[in-house]
Amino acid sequence: MKHTTSFLAALAVGALTATVAASETELTVYTAVEAEDLARYAETFNQSYPDIKINWVRDSTGIITAKLLAERDNPQADVVWGLAATSLLLLKSEGMLEPYAPAGVENLDPKFVDGDNPPSWVGMDAWVAAVCYNTVEAEKAGLKPPTSWQDLTDPMYKDQVIMPNPNSSGTGFLDVSSWLQLFGEEGGWQYMDALHENIARYTHSGSKPCKLAAAGEIPIGISFAFRGAKSKADGAPLEIIVPSEGVGWDMEATAIVAGTANLEAAQKLVDFSVTKEANMMYNTGYAVVAYPGIAKPVEHFPEGLLDAMIDNDFEFAANNRAAILKEWQSRYDGKSEAK
Amino acid sequence: MNSISTDPGTLPAGPDIKPKLSRDDMLMRGSMMVIALYLIVTLALPLYTMLSKSFSTYRVEPSQYEFQVSDEAGVFDGTILSGGELNRQMKVFADADLVTGSDGRLPVTGFFPDFNFRSPVMYQIRNTTNAGRFLIGSTLKEGTDWVELDSNTFRRVQMRPVQSRGMGNFVSYFSTPALFNSIKNSLWISVVSTIVTVTLAFWFAYALNRSCMRYKGVFRLIAMAPILVPSLLPGIALVYLFGNQGMLKELLFGASIYGPIGIVIGSVFFTFPHAFLIISTALAISDARLYEAAASLRSTPWRTFWTVTIPGARYGLISAAFVVFNLVITDFGLPKVIGGQFNVLAVDIYKQVIGQQNFEMGAVVSVVLVIPAILAFAIDRMVQSKQVALLSARSVPYQASPNPKADRIFLIYCSLVGLFIVGLLAVCQFAALIKFWPYDLSLSLKNYDFNKMDGGGWGSYFNSIKLAFLTAVIGTTVVFFGAYLVEKSNGFKLGRSVFQMFAMLPMAIPGMVLGLSYIFFFNNPSNPLNGIYGTMAILVICTVTHFYTVSHLTAVTALKQMDKEFESVSASLKQPTMKLFARVTVPVCLPAVLDISIYLFVNAMTTVSAVVFLYSPKTTLASIAVLNMDDAGDIAPAAAMGMMIFYTNAAARIIHLIASKGILTRTQAWRSR
Repeated sequence: MKHTTSFLAALAVGALTATVAASETELTVYTAVEAEDLARYAETFNQSYPDIKINWVRDSTGIITAKLLAERDNPQADVVWGLAATSLLLLKSEGMLEPYAPAGVENLDPKFVDGDNPPSWVGMDAWVAAVCYNTVEAEKAGLKPPTSWQDLTDPMYKDQVIMPNPNSSGTGFLDVSSWLQLFGEEGGWQYMDALHENIARYTHSGSKPCKLAAAGEIPIGISFAFRGAKSKADGAPLEIIVPSEGVGWDMEATAIVAGTANLEAAQKLVDFSVTKEANMMYNTGYAVVAYPGIAKPVEHFPEGLLDAMIDNDFEFAANNRAAILKEWQSRYDGKSEAK
Repeated sequence: MNSISTDPGTLPAGPDIKPKLSRDDMLMRGSMMVIALYLIVTLALPLYTMLSKSFSTYRVEPSQYEFQVSDEAGVFDGTILSGGELNRQMKVFADADLVTGSDGRLPVTGFFPDFNFRSPVMYQIRNTTNAGRFLIGSTLKEGTDWVELDSNTFRRVQMRPVQSRGMGNFVSYFSTPALFNSIKNSLWISVVSTIVTVTLAFWFAYALNRSCMRYKGVFRLIAMAPILVPSLLPGIALVYLFGNQGMLKELLFGASIYGPIGIVIGSVFFTFPHAFLIISTALAISDARLYEAAASLRSTPWRTFWTVTIPGARYGLISAAFVVFNLVITDFGLPKVIGGQFNVLAVDIYKQVIGQQNFEMGAVVSVVLVIPAILAFAIDRMVQSKQVALLSARSVPYQASPNPKADRIFLIYCSLVGLFIVGLLAVCQFAALIKFWPYDLSLSLKNYDFNKMDGGGWGSYFNSIKLAFLTAVIGTTVVFFGAYLVEKSNGFKLGRSVFQMFAMLPMAIPGMVLGLSYIFFFNNPSNPLNGIYGTMAILVICTVTHFYTVSHLTAVTALKQMDKEFESVSASLKQPTMKLFARVTVPVCLPAVLDISIYLFVNAMTTVSAVVFLYSPKTTLASIAVLNMDDAGDIAPAAAMGMMIFYTNAAARIIHLIASKGILTRTQAWRSR
């Protein structure tokens, strides 16, 4: 099929498309994993399965989710490897995932595996919200480090905070959904109203607030812990703050897209994704992984992060996603610049 | 019969005489049809699909569900409750709540005021039609069978919307203040940028055409430089100059560069060459006799300026204004990078489609965006058609006379504008080489390690070159051949004017809108052309179509300069037209052909708006990589990639210059006697 279509295309516009090498299987893998990790993931995978080539499609969580949903009737992806569980629940509810129990799934922490049997998705690791705090810039601006989410609504932080837009960023969405769970529906929106007064702007991606904080563009970036740890390792004057009320988190997970032409290779990839080896690979950046007992502490990771993780209700997050985003947009999107 | 008897003066109508179509005419009409068909498939049909998509709404229909409620013991008495009836009685959801996006969902427990998830009451639910859908947790239920659930599971039931048609999307668009506000924002920044750019470009062009200033060639080159970079690059430079860690931050006196200020400055940068080119052409030709008349009437220079110079250039000025307005209102890269919370229409489309999966709303915003774009385009066309020859056979070309004082002022002015343009580019290059701004200022090539960033790495750079090359070759062929057929074929007036209209249309369609309409049209499994979705082919087609108009106009202008006699002569010599085309027309028009190809090449390297919806993992592009790296916060690598595009385009221009010089001396010798 792929060959005939690309042949037609070639006829139409003149040999533009590259032909697929016949000897190895190619998998189109959609992911929201940080770009700099992708080569390492593919390399580790290829040590076990050298004849499967991974073609990555990477973007922010919201965008990958949007792409998958848009391609609902004509899926382009074979596997989703490293996407928020809330997003995978959405895809599952559209019947877009192929249930499959990978070999060795029983070794994983059951919290990290879809409840159905066979499961539609299996978890990899947890990514946890955190606040990146640039000590140098904060000192210049005369700020005190915040210790809680509520602190961030203090007027002294006016225009000193950047957070991701939950519409496009998975990190942004887990922040919003965690506040709604922590402070209750009404309290959550009240909190965001107050926080909105201090927000300089909302970014499109979840790692950008932390990178901006690292570059001194802003003293405080609401982002996730892993990003902060990386920027700190790069030499940025960052403090990673874990707010005392608890932090939102989401799981990165793997699933096979229903209707894939390369089911066998896709299953191999999912098999690999639950191995101890793969989980050790996730551990390089993520302190919590699905495989129990192997996680080592991550350099520059803030202490007490794991205990601060809230009891997240993924189904609440997935089923209320559309309503939450609609509400969020009507409250905050573009409101600040109304002229 | 009657008519003949009453009016003997007229002769009975004879049979219609039509010239017989020669094989040549058939061939030309056939080819014209093929290219017209190309434009229909790549432009008209996708746009139509998009328009129809904007009327496609999603609505939850409570009446599509039926419920049964048991007593405390779990026994059902057989009463069937309709969801629509319950919603009317309980007033749970207003009409506006029921209209949602394609992924909307609404809970059902509100229909039952006594509902408690701990109660032993059982519930049954079913769809009344096969089209109905609901969720239990995350599991989709279709079909009309009853499903029995306990209270705790029943609270997890969510109704899903079904597709219908109507104005619902437009209503919800205009009732969302954040979205509606964007219209105002877009118009505001476009008007301000237009005024600033046209004013700056006018004096720049005036200095180059009407003064005896030195270094004109250098300034002309500098003025064209912004055309070689993506529109988001000035945004990145502005972040380094005026951001919170900016080198010249103090110049803003506390105002934030993220917002209208940044958008306007950046827009001036990237639209400057377009305005400059148009105004410069308008100022280049003028009749010296008018100035002599003004001088002999003892008019002051100021008065001469307003009564001779400005009226002479008015069409150029108006045209430049509308072109700039159109470029700014449809650009999305720049407001994306530097716009902060200042929403504009083009970014709204991106946010709706990419961020929120709301393709229908994206289509609605597209329709809204097309209106000002088409208006500006139509006015521009009208003005241009009025542009009659100012230069008659008796005109004397105006020659500037030296005026040391004025020339010095012009030189200072042009240097300042030049410094602005070169400065922004230099800042980007500088930023790309800094290790970790602002904390570690040592030089490094770390930011060129694109493979570790978003956007597809170095592969995307080579993809861009491939795209630019293919666009230049294929686009030039299609466009020039199409223009030739329209210009030189005989008869077939209707077909030709329809073709002309199609060829003009792409200019009025914003790139974002074109790209979005391509998703709707090509990513549809029932479309036989579905196979090209996600390939390089769709990028080439989209880019050729996007930049069709200017290329077409260039080709038509060149062809108009060739006498129709060539065709007559070749016909009387019984030579096929295609031979004439290959042996005479193409060589004569070679300068235009080369111009079209470099225009397409450069634009294919820098375009973001149309292709941002269409690239795939194998066809990531450098310009999109700039956008994605900036999105992810990797601003320095984004600047590095942007400068790679600049150098590539500059190199292509130089090669083009050398090649055309070489070819022209060989083929255009006839031009000089």
